[in-house]
Amino acid sequence: MKLKVKDLTFSYRSNPILDGVTLEIEPSELFAIVGPNGTGKTTLIKCIDAILKPTSGSTLLDGDDVSDLDTKDLAKRIGYVPQSAPRGSPITVFDAILMGRRPHIQWRVTEDDLDKVMEMVELLKIEELSLRAFDELSGGERQKVLIARALCQDPEVLLLDEPTSNLDIRHQLEVMKVMKMITKKHGILAIMAIHDLNLASRYADRIGMMYQGRIEAVGASQDVLTPENIRRVYGVEVSLINDGGKPYIIPIEPVEVKA
Amino acid sequence: MTSESSIKSSIIKEYTGLTRKKLHVIIFLSLLLIFLAVLSASIGSADVSLKETYFAILERFFPDHFDVNPFAYTVIWELRLERVLMGVLAGSGLAIAGVVMQAILKNPLASPYTLGIASAASFGASLAIILGVGIVGGAHIIIANAFLFSMVAALLIYGFSLRKTSTETMILAGIAIMYLFTAMVASLQYVGEAEEVQEVVYWMFGSLGRANWSSHFPYGNIGIISIALGVTIPYLFLKSWDFNALGTGDETAKSLGVKVEWIRISCMFLAALITASIICFTGTIGFIGLVCPHITRMVIGSDHRFLLPGSCLTGAVLLLSADTLARVVVAPVILPVGIVTSFMGVPLFVYLLMRQRGGYW
Repeated sequence: MKLKVKDLTFSYRSNPILDGVTLEIEPSELFAIVGPNGTGKTTLIKCIDAILKPTSGSTLLDGDDVSDLDTKDLAKRIGYVPQSAPRGSPITVFDAILMGRRPHIQWRVTEDDLDKVMEMVELLKIEELSLRAFDELSGGERQKVLIARALCQDPEVLLLDEPTSNLDIRHQLEVMKVMKMITKKHGILAIMAIHDLNLASRYADRIGMMYQGRIEAVGASQDVLTPENIRRVYGVEVSLINDGGKPYIIPIEPVEVKA
Repeated sequence: MTSESSIKSSIIKEYTGLTRKKLHVIIFLSLLLIFLAVLSASIGSADVSLKETYFAILERFFPDHFDVNPFAYTVIWELRLERVLMGVLAGSGLAIAGVVMQAILKNPLASPYTLGIASAASFGASLAIILGVGIVGGAHIIIANAFLFSMVAALLIYGFSLRKTSTETMILAGIAIMYLFTAMVASLQYVGEAEEVQEVVYWMFGSLGRANWSSHFPYGNIGIISIALGVTIPYLFLKSWDFNALGTGDETAKSLGVKVEWIRISCMFLAALITASIICFTGTIGFIGLVCPHITRMVIGSDHRFLLPGSCLTGAVLLLSADTLARVVVAPVILPVGIVTSFMGVPLFVYLLMRQRGGYW
């Protein structure tokens, strides 16, 4: 499974949000999208999953354009993990994860569906949560449930929208570790929007840095997370520490950036 | 390894146990409804015992098996079952319309009443009663007007949904529509004669007394409502998973393969159609559509595979028992069913609401 994003643009009320994004992502790759607030990371993820309809350009899954796929077939190939889940009427964690089987279920839930849910519950080590109310969970626990749901779709591609943004450091590391393991062990291609440059640096195979709707730099962390790139895109002066071959970023101060 | 697989099977077992409990509630409600229907049919000014009622009903399906007195048979089949059936149909239809509206708008306040569909029907009926104005003339002018104006309200809501507004905006727009039609009813009442106004007020109380059936198509108003429910309810049941997915948010629902806009538009239309086809014959019965979904949800949870049939049954049970009570409290005077429904349902609703720990919805 290979994912190609070709010259994707998206405008909201004639405001360009994405301005010609092109990416090629390999199987089993954990790809991080970084960039300041409002540069279109979330929009890019939603366009890839056809949740938003791009103004022009296309996303190809092994050559199939996602906008040509039936919504149900697309749901069997791409899983989406939102940043948070809305509060709603109460359901159990098990039901919340079972929802991920929706593209595969007609009406009846089969043994296979239940087994699939349990497989993901075990993979994410959330057995003791599984019959609790979803609304009562902490942010980190919820994030794991949302990942388990998306994995239940049996997808080839997983899209995550800032999965670590509301979590404490332990849950952040756990989520990143799980994602690394899923991509390597299950051959799933994962794209995540993420704010924490150091987490991206440490766990992602490659990083794409976005700025004003464009991909400014793409590649290995040491090539993308350079002081020059960070100053230009974020307007922040940083110094780097070498953390086993990967850069560890220490922010120093905001600076004026000349356009 | 063995302990791991035993944890796994015990979780699955516990989960299927929870599911079975929901099924048991639905079976219990079905039995309760059958019992209530027979009980309700046995009550009235002519004395027919519970046993005679059972036999009279069964005799129709298995002729010559029961010792039925012909008088009881006539009373049950010609006078009482129509009303009972209307209670079952109207209760289940209004309740499912409420669940569907709450699911697609993701809002606990959505119901045929709060979205203005019921008040639009009232306006249509008032127009016919007070001014004699209708799109279709003749004997069915009130019914036709009530139906058409509810669909107008639904169209207005549909118009809002086309603009891709938020679901909250749609609810607010529905409430605005409700106020508009309520004001128009009030202004008609202002110009109406005393007895016309009384007829409007009586219509708006809601009543199962206008129930009728006949042997030829479309088999009376009971037949019309049955057809409307028979066509729409199976489709809505099939969409249970889509309603569940909508609860996770529009974006997640889309990523799960739900055609969000289509579901919202088509199911809003069906819910409005169900509501319109019922209240044009019964008058407005507001409470069922809002509260029965909540009562059911608090008992069996928000999985729509169980919530949809469960709400239908709760609605039927509540409306039928309210109507039965309405017939006996100050017999031979029959109280308007809408009033009794609220008096019965509100305490139950408030009790369940208070019993919920933490947040509900």
